Amino acid sequence: MTQTITIDPITRIEGHAKITLHLNDSGTVERALFHTTQFRGFEKFCEGRPYYEMPSLMARSCGICPVAHLVAGAKACDQILAVKIPDTAGDLRRIMNFAQIIQSHALCMFYLSAPDFIFGFDANPATRNIAGLAAKNPQLARDGIRLRQFGQQTIELLGGKRIHPAWIVAGGVSEPLKPDHRDRIQVQLPEVKDIAMRALATFKPILRKYESEMETFGNFPSLFMGLVDEQGNIQHYDGKLRVVDSAGNVITQGWDPARYQELIAEAVEPWTFMKFPYYKPMGYPNGMYRVGPLARLNVIARCGTPLADAELDEFRSKYGYPASSSYHNHLARLIEVLYSIERLEQKLSDDSILDTHVRAGAAPNARDGIGVAEAPRGTIIHHYHVDQDGVVEWANMIIATGHNNLAMNRSILQVARSYVNGDKLTEGMLNRVEAVIRAYDPCLSCSTHAVGQMPLHIELYDGNSELRDTLVRDSA
Amino acid sequence: MKKIKLATVWLDGCSGCHMSFLDTDERILGLLEHVEIVYSPLVDIKTFPENVDITLIEGSVSTNEDVVKIKKVRAHTKTLVALGDCAVTGNVPAMRNPFGVEATIDRAYFHLVQHNPLTPSEYLPRLLDKVVPVHDVVKVDFHVPGCPPPADTIYYALTELVRGRMPDIKLMTRFGK
Ligand code: SF4
Repeated sequence: MTQTITIDPITRIEGHAKITLHLNDSGTVERALFHTTQFRGFEKFCEGRPYYEMPSLMARSCGICPVAHLVAGAKACDQILAVKIPDTAGDLRRIMNFAQIIQSHALCMFYLSAPDFIFGFDANPATRNIAGLAAKNPQLARDGIRLRQFGQQTIELLGGKRIHPAWIVAGGVSEPLKPDHRDRIQVQLPEVKDIAMRALATFKPILRKYESEMETFGNFPSLFMGLVDEQGNIQHYDGKLRVVDSAGNVITQGWDPARYQELIAEAVEPWTFMKFPYYKPMGYPNGMYRVGPLARLNVIARCGTPLADAELDEFRSKYGYPASSSYHNHLARLIEVLYSIERLEQKLSDDSILDTHVRAGAAPNARDGIGVAEAPRGTIIHHYHVDQDGVVEWANMIIATGHNNLAMNRSILQVARSYVNGDKLTEGMLNRVEAVIRAYDPCLSCSTHAVGQMPLHIELYDGNSELRDTLVRDSA
Repeated sequence: MKKIKLATVWLDGCSGCHMSFLDTDERILGLLEHVEIVYSPLVDIKTFPENVDITLIEGSVSTNEDVVKIKKVRAHTKTLVALGDCAVTGNVPAMRNPFGVEATIDRAYFHLVQHNPLTPSEYLPRLLDKVVPVHDVVKVDFHVPGCPPPADTIYYALTELVRGRMPDIKLMTRFGK
């Protein structure tokens, strides 16, 4: 008789999902499945709507990284218009994207993951959250809140609204940057740079302490994918796709995102609503790859800014190249926060950012538009196919968390095998299984809390997958 | 003073309404002096408790599990708040209604897929034929529209409710924006 452990809902991730662990007779984990339990249907319900609604509509798929969806959606629309947008418009979109990386990474690190590092994975679940963090280390909690606030405020000063601003549009942006808004963002930069440096100094030694987590949190060979510029530097807005293998060899270089369909295909499994993109040349499921902060650091030559490059050197000397454990996403996020602040300093100090020509106009000229961007969690692709009037006939979206689906499932199995043994279940073990998911910071934005289920819900299945017995335990 | 028990629940939404709640920034620390978050995606408690004073609901009702969940939440909550347009009107998730579940699934899992096209159905909730707002299923005590509602509005509404007053947010909301 086999046994199934269900963790439902997974908490402190953005959105909800559940995990089932399938044990064999001797209590060893045989299978681990990550179930995304909500389905939304954006690829269908955009049909029949005009192309210019797409950036704002598709951004409603995610309230945490809407800016990346606005960017990818607007870039797809630029292609439908067949225009080259003004340089300043591109830079303004970049600035907003950096602001979003800062706020989203701050959310993931301080609000969601830090409680595990500060209190430990075996700590009392009742205090293992941001409120507990604020009570124990108010300065750290304030730093996290402030960093996120800076990112969100910057988005608001650019686009008039913190979440779902309708400012990034087909052909550019809807309004130029006002000089006094530029100043208000700029004056805060020294303070947030200090916070970013302090966060690195605080978390680097703490993250190093959890050696066995580092060993098992998604530590396996895989491909990595991300955008890079012509020099191989990190890119979040433009650039070409690069794929490196587990030894760090570049196997796909300078790939035009418009040809994504030759590089990436998608598979479906019956037990989750999230699809499984794979690297097409290697087939399914061998073509497993990872995207996101760690993947970006693994595909690039350099960041291209002094402080972030110094951190990158240290990161590589400590954890090797390519760093293979998904645990390192946490540190990679902090390095990207610093990088984004450095880039904001550069972009905002150049007066061309105040140029008032920020939008190109045209009628629909092409039937397909493919937009790509690096969201906080990794590469996202929007593909819109329109009729001659610009009405959407169909759309395809491949989002960051989707790319990581194969790797997340593999990671849960790895952690479960190391920490979960059928006859002694503890909350800390199960929290580690959830924590590996948090390392990917998945943006599911589709949630299902199974209200009424107890913290630990054990279901016994026989060989024919018939439910034989259910055991419910209180929290450990 | 006994702390007010606050829960936040996420149905079919984009998490933007939860993010707007977090956009109250450091005011959240002040709030935590009067309020205890007893259930939320932000904390690790996995069972919806009894006797919750205020529950904020983000998102519309789109699966059979959402229905079960929202009824349970209602039964255990004194003041139920529909937070944001998805909860208030159905908003974006309800855009699938005119197409129907089958056509929507067909696009996502058959048309756009190269390997193993099928309809996911194991371990998963059943999608409702029609996505509906929260008040279609249970009684809602207070509606806060917006996509998402601004952080200031959420903060004001919440602090009024915590003090036991009914907030007046007519001038503080933006509908569908
Ligand atoms: S109302 Fe808007 S912000 Fe809130 S969940 Fe729905 S789409 Fe997201």
